[in-house]
Amino acid sequence: MTPEVRAVFQIAGIGFLVAILHTILKQSGKEEFANWMTFVGFVAVFIIVIGYVDHLYGEIQRVFLSQ
Amino acid sequence: MHILQLVGIGLTATVIIAVLRPQAPQFAMLVGILAGVIMLTMVVHNMDKVLSTLGDLASAAKVNHGLLTTVLKIIGIAYIVEFAAQIARDAKETALAGRIELAGKVGIVILAIPIITDVMESLAHLFP
Repeated sequence: MTPEVRAVFQIAGIGFLVAILHTILKQSGKEEFANWMTFVGFVAVFIIVIGYVDHLYGEIQRVFLSQ
Repeated sequence: MHILQLVGIGLTATVIIAVLRPQAPQFAMLVGILAGVIMLTMVVHNMDKVLSTLGDLASAAKVNHGLLTTVLKIIGIAYIVEFAAQIARDAKETALAGRIELAGKVGIVILAIPIITDVMESLAHLFP
């Protein structure tokens, strides 16, 4: 399993975990806390994805734009 | 190029997104973006050899090297713009996708202006 594929599964896992925690926190009446946790999880995953997008842009710049 | 790996990543991401979308749509979108980024990175990485062969052919045929560079830049812009516009369209932001494509078109026209001027100058030489 390459690191890229692992990242896909990692993000899916984080997503499931956040969804489950969101439901649990909502059921116990802490709706505001649940919303904040979802937001933080989203930002964390977004930072991972941004790293890969940066890699893609670097690759495109290397192959196409710097001849 | 590991075609099986690419297709496998695509299928895996599709299944994950289909399961994840009802529970957490924003994470489903991120998984989609990540899978697209990974596949595109692999494809572009492998395209390196093709482009170097193309450059060799162009220099063997004594084509002006600036023309090939411009064409390659245009292809790069097209890849990036298409990728971003499709992500925006997936997130139901059709208007934003249109703006991204407009930006790409303007960039391509700016890159193509020197070639257009060359063609016009050649035509002016042919028909005095």
